[in-house]
Amino acid sequence: MTNILVEWVIKTVVILLILVTAVAYLTFLERKVMGWIQLRVGPNRVGPWGLLQPLADGLKMIFKEDIIPSQSNQWLYILAPALSLVPALMTFIVIPYGSEITLFGRTIELHVTRMNVGLLYIFALTSVGVYGIVLAGWSSNNKYSLMGGLRSSAQMISYELALGLSIVSVLLYSGSLDLVEIVNKQSGWLGHTGWNVFRFPLMFVFIIFYIASLAETNRTPFDLPEADSELVAGYHTEYSSMKFVMFQMAEYLNLITSSSIATALFLGGWNGPFVGRLPILGPVYFATKALVLIFTAMWIRYTVPRFRYDQLMRFGWTTMLPVAIINIIITATVIVLFP
Amino acid sequence: MEKASIIIFFVFAAAAVLSALNILLQRNPLYSALSLIVTLLSLSALYLTLHAEFIAVIQIVVYAGAIMVLFIFVIMLLNVPAAQPQIEKQKGLRYLAIPFAGILIAETFYVVLSIGKRSMPSVPAGTEAQAVGTTWSIGTSLFTDYLLPFEVTSVLILMAVVGAMVLARREGD
Repeated sequence: MTNILVEWVIKTVVILLILVTAVAYLTFLERKVMGWIQLRVGPNRVGPWGLLQPLADGLKMIFKEDIIPSQSNQWLYILAPALSLVPALMTFIVIPYGSEITLFGRTIELHVTRMNVGLLYIFALTSVGVYGIVLAGWSSNNKYSLMGGLRSSAQMISYELALGLSIVSVLLYSGSLDLVEIVNKQSGWLGHTGWNVFRFPLMFVFIIFYIASLAETNRTPFDLPEADSELVAGYHTEYSSMKFVMFQMAEYLNLITSSSIATALFLGGWNGPFVGRLPILGPVYFATKALVLIFTAMWIRYTVPRFRYDQLMRFGWTTMLPVAIINIIITATVIVLFP
Repeated sequence: MEKASIIIFFVFAAAAVLSALNILLQRNPLYSALSLIVTLLSLSALYLTLHAEFIAVIQIVVYAGAIMVLFIFVIMLLNVPAAQPQIEKQKGLRYLAIPFAGILIAETFYVVLSIGKRSMPSVPAGTEAQAVGTTWSIGTSLFTDYLLPFEVTSVLILMAVVGAMVLARREGD
């Protein structure tokens, strides 16, 4: 019993450290990618190739003055960043990074926990994460913040439907809500022939899922909640110092989450060539695939312009939702006809 | 193990009761709504201790996630001024509340007394996937034993959706 608890604590701490570092370096990567796409070099002053830039940014943010607007609702204003960061961090306990490795004579499964409702658990947390944004917008007592918060929650609710329905097709194939089980079903010859993304209707589902997850994480072309030309900065207009950082962290964590889920559901998770013989390759494959998806999201951000708000809503309800429903029907038919 | 689950039960039961009280005691409707979310989350933690993972998660997705967001939306957009009780207009209704509360308390006592003697069925080892409250058991019973009620409910929801569409449509469209 104690052994299991210690193992859980160690895994949680390790994942937490990796995630925080990853978030810091994603901000760096984002600026680098933006630089390359705009034919610039990006940040390159702090440290070799600018690699210490996240550290410098972090220090700068810590030393900024922490402003609480006098007309704001103080309790909720302080609570809101935590409400958006904590659910974003909590999702990672169910994501499997690899199968099993042996360390110091112990077999260690490379996920913190597995539950038979793992996928729904992630959905529950994303739907709770909306509160952080809504409350931040409302408690700042600023019309731009309020507009940003409302837009963001409306958008998240609309696209959550398409996201949830696109996952149903995957569930039809794998027959389980457990992420470990879903990944296990995707192993094949050389480890990469069974990926869901190579199956007939699921490749279209993957596109729907990816678009909806971009909308869920409020990234361009769906970054209406923080459209700077209309809303200054959206729901975090009034926030400064570490509270602002917490919102940024939550945003990048959500990007990592959605890429990790896409990897686990469609790209075979930790599966890849020779992973059966060398289980330590699992996390490497997983990180690589997730990183490719993250890079694509950044690529899209600096290539595609922002939607107009009514276009965004119409796209969500009249294109994404019907396509997702039709996909379920096609998947079910294919499973019944060609079992 | 037994001790740990008892401690977990008391922590979340206390959270549920305190936040439920807070719903009634707060004057600001937004704080009441937030307390209700805390109550729902604590209840879902209690479901988890009963091995009902699916119900626990669905509780968060549907109630804490979807319905309460709408509540909070409405409260924020209407921006109800705090501490302006509208109830004072209908003083007669206040006395009607006493018999209703009495009935509710009597009902609760009846349920508690009738359940109290029975013990919870323990989860048989090895059949965890088939235990009550998991995805498997709920899915199976929804699509076999309760198929008709399930379909009727779906039609009902469809009617509500169509009705909302008709009501929300503008004249010119």
